[in-house]
Amino acid sequence: MNGQVPTAATVLSAWDGMRCLFTRDLRLALRRRSDTFAALFFFVIVVSLFPLGIGPEPQLLRRMAAGVVWVAALLAAMLSLTRLFADDHQDGTLEQLLLSAAPLPLLVLAKMAAHWLVSGLLLALISPLLALQFDLPLEAVGVLLLSLLLGTPLLSLIGGIGAALTVGLRGGGVLLSLLVLPLYVPVIIFGSGAVEASVAKLGVTGHFSLLGAMLAVSLVLAPVAAAAALRISVE
Amino acid sequence: MIPGSINWFKYAAPPRLYALAGMVLPWFAALAGLLTLAGLVIGLVIAPTDAQQGEAYRIIFVHVPAAWMSMLIYLAMAFWAGIGLVFNARSAAMLALALAPTGALMTFIALWTGALWGKPTWGAWWVWDARLTSELILLFLYIGFMSLHAAIDDARRADRAAGLLALVGVVNVPIIYFSVKWWNTLHQGASVSLIKAPSMAAPMLTGMLVMALAFWMYCLAVAAMRLRVILLERDAQAAWVKQALGKLPAVAR
Repeated sequence: MNGQVPTAATVLSAWDGMRCLFTRDLRLALRRRSDTFAALFFFVIVVSLFPLGIGPEPQLLRRMAAGVVWVAALLAAMLSLTRLFADDHQDGTLEQLLLSAAPLPLLVLAKMAAHWLVSGLLLALISPLLALQFDLPLEAVGVLLLSLLLGTPLLSLIGGIGAALTVGLRGGGVLLSLLVLPLYVPVIIFGSGAVEASVAKLGVTGHFSLLGAMLAVSLVLAPVAAAAALRISVE
Repeated sequence: MIPGSINWFKYAAPPRLYALAGMVLPWFAALAGLLTLAGLVIGLVIAPTDAQQGEAYRIIFVHVPAAWMSMLIYLAMAFWAGIGLVFNARSAAMLALALAPTGALMTFIALWTGALWGKPTWGAWWVWDARLTSELILLFLYIGFMSLHAAIDDARRADRAAGLLALVGVVNVPIIYFSVKWWNTLHQGASVSLIKAPSMAAPMLTGMLVMALAFWMYCLAVAAMRLRVILLERDAQAAWVKQALGKLPAVAR
């Protein structure tokens, strides 16, 4: 962190703490560009493997596109979530965060937001390209992009709870997938369901409303749960 | 203490809980045995053959109670995990831990017997129907709870981390259930409902309810047994355990 850090005399408000942590995490992600892009390329590679495994029939690929992209997004999120708190735990930053005067759930929320920006958002932005490989109609590509924009924050929020629970554990990565993937079920159902509804010319508002509702609920509850989990993990 | 008021924390003390579990265990076990016997006689001998499904329907005498217990135990587990977190009560967390393997077993039995029933009736071992899928996810949640607990060496920390996970899970269970339900449904509608009269012959219903009670008793007995082992293991250094174990050889023989 550079000159933005307040001196000891100033009191660190919650907002300052969040902004500070948010920009720090973004800066770290930019400095470790290869880590950030590794998850992105993983996403692209997994999606590209499906046509190779299943066959190139456009009919089949069009049916599967949304599901494949969403499953790959879930797996890519797993990859980057393991490090959401792990690095901070290793160098002791996490303990400083727990001791900070700013409310821990808000700090956790800032970390989750930074995580989404460098994982979920990037995945969502590259997804139209992949969707075109699967020959999705243009309208459905837009719906896929929107569903990912609404759904990937949920992956960071819910996954953050799992990351907080498994921080510092041996075999944390596999365990994290075991804990979090079942909780992602509603996200993938409504995320890929929106695209399928759009292809079938049914309304997509229902799916988007439910995704939005889940996002609103998790936005409030997930940081609190993750903060409690961090306090349990780091004693 | 004021006479007449209840001391809610009386059985939070491990020695008392150990004694209580040991006291109720034989009753639950005996009831489980008797009720299973009665339920199987009603289910396999007395209940008539179903007009549509033939003999295959008889799997419900195992399938339905197991499915009920799988969901109920998850709620009970989350409840005790929550009590353990809120009151920082060791014994409640141990009870949650004792319930988990039984819950997972019930989920597995429900899935397995469902597959056995599905093959002759639907013609497929597995269909991606709402209830099957949410039961499968419930199994994953149980496995996650147990794996997280097993991965943390410090027992108290493990209790609290797994407890938090159980609470997160219990918030998610209805969301998962409804999302899977809207996603796809092919399962036959519920035959037993609290609102309308059951669409089922009386002996079938009796058999199923008796078996449900039997499963209930079995789960309580096994959970009590496992709770006793966990209590002994956790407090291995405590005086009460040495006392309890010191008396054991005379009783066991």
